[in-house]
Amino acid sequence: MIKEPMRVYLDNNSTTPCDPRVVDTMVPYFYQKPGNSASRNHPFGWEAEEGVDYAREQIAALLKVDPKEIIFTSGATESDNLAIKGVFEMYKSKGNHIITVTTEHKAVLDTCDKLTEAGAEITYLKVAEDGLIDLAELEAAIKSTTILVSVMWANNETGVIQPMKEIGDICEKHGVLFMSDATQAVGKIPTYPKEIGVHLMAWTSHKMYGPKGVGALYVSRKSPRVKVTAQMDGGGHERGMRSGTLNVPGIVGFGKAAEIARLEMHSDAERLNKLRNRLEHELTSRLEECYINGNVDHRMPHVTNISFKHVEGEGLMMTFNQNIAVSSGSACTSASLEPSYVLVALGLGDDLAHSSIRFSLGRFTTEEEVDFAVEKLVAGVNHMRDLSPIWEMYKEGVDLSNVQWSEH
Amino acid sequence: MAYSEKVLEHFQHPKNVGTLDKSKSTVGTGLVGAPECGDVMRLQIEVDPSTQTIIDAKFKTFGCGSAIASSSLATEWLKGKTIEQALTIDNMDIVEELALPPVKIHCSVLAEDAIKGAIADYQSKNGIAVTAMAAAH
Ligand SMILES: Cc1ncc(COP(=O)(O)O)c(C=O)c1O
Ligand code: FES
Repeated sequence: MIKEPMRVYLDNNSTTPCDPRVVDTMVPYFYQKPGNSASRNHPFGWEAEEGVDYAREQIAALLKVDPKEIIFTSGATESDNLAIKGVFEMYKSKGNHIITVTTEHKAVLDTCDKLTEAGAEITYLKVAEDGLIDLAELEAAIKSTTILVSVMWANNETGVIQPMKEIGDICEKHGVLFMSDATQAVGKIPTYPKEIGVHLMAWTSHKMYGPKGVGALYVSRKSPRVKVTAQMDGGGHERGMRSGTLNVPGIVGFGKAAEIARLEMHSDAERLNKLRNRLEHELTSRLEECYINGNVDHRMPHVTNISFKHVEGEGLMMTFNQNIAVSSGSACTSASLEPSYVLVALGLGDDLAHSSIRFSLGRFTTEEEVDFAVEKLVAGVNHMRDLSPIWEMYKEGVDLSNVQWSEH
Repeated sequence: MAYSEKVLEHFQHPKNVGTLDKSKSTVGTGLVGAPECGDVMRLQIEVDPSTQTIIDAKFKTFGCGSAIASSSLATEWLKGKTIEQALTIDNMDIVEELALPPVKIHCSVLAEDAIKGAIADYQSKNGIAVTAMAAAH
């Protein structure tokens, strides 16, 4: 018998596997319970609606909010678009100014960018070297025309967690809405919008062990009562904010995933924190010149982003990508050769940004897998350094900033 | 994106990795790219002055798998060629041999530039008129 090569998945920030318990709850909704949750006049519709209602409750319990405050969408990208464009359209008579951060996901940045065509003014807050925003800078940026502050809960590349409560307090003080892309945080750490003062919160099921293609937007209904202008016209589902037949099996799975997260989040986080620290410790003690990117005290428990100096990330991944799945901050795939804008925003030189690898552990990651990944990484970095002319120069004591490079 | 068998082979078992003594008059060094761009290639040749033939070639590359494979292949092709023959190596020959996809063409351009840079360095060190021109890109 040929033994399958060991395959280790450390790319859980891209997407998580669907928990088998989630899959089990979804299965009946494909065939036995095929109804449209909007069909009011027969048991097929009632059954589907019950499934959706239950999921809405499971999700609301995870966030400690009212089920009516949950709007189902197709994922975080749609939720980000709905929140930001929907708030802009709903409140533009009050002002046109939106504040966000340079390290946000493209679903937020490009949405804001698009709104400038419709007359929005956007302020992009910078982050410090550790990835955190400056609260004084945020407060100073708020003006009479500001209608929305959009800050992600945890960053997808570094895992850095923003000071959410402090941001919520500032928004409350100035009477502006606070929206958060919480895609990387929900179900992994407590995310209670009402305690924090978050009025809109976007995320997706497939990063919390639920199925792909389903997400949600939390929209506060009481103090303040927030409304967003629908971005698609149609049957007026989801309290008029998001038309379209609901993805019933997906939503049922999303609900189950939320319930599991509520019950297991703390033990998962504790276990993954230990594994992540083990991975980090092994790599940084066995390899010279590695740097952890982002604030290590305000960080998701299962994520680490490490730059391996003088090794190009994409090449490094090629040494082990038959066995280990991770992400690289080097997007060296086109003539433009752009490194991760998130890492560049942290002040990393382009060379260190090109040398970075993101490891994101998950519920199904084992200690054995982490140890296997460490061995592969150490071998890969050494292989790449043996091949690297700049590692050789560095070892010879050449000051690389004095070399005449021929940029192309 | 999957890599071609040939890229994988050169990447896993690169040929002619190493360093030649750049102080020797018979050695030419080409260093192209920049760390900020995510790729740096250093290609060196050693020439037999009596025949103008390349007797050895070595490389080190910081970059993606395609860049490493391109430089490994280039050193293999260079050995035994005269300077004149070496100057005819075109980046598209590398693209074809390694089956590089369009987004990886610049890695092969880098290899051609490194070859030309190494030859130019050898020529100028030895007072020979420089005939190598960097590839247009
Ligand atoms: C922070 C953040 N926002 C939004 C998204 C988009 O999620 P989806 O692809 O489910 O729309 C992602 C996923 O990559 C993310 O990490
Ligand atoms: S060296 Fe940048 S993609 Fe090949």
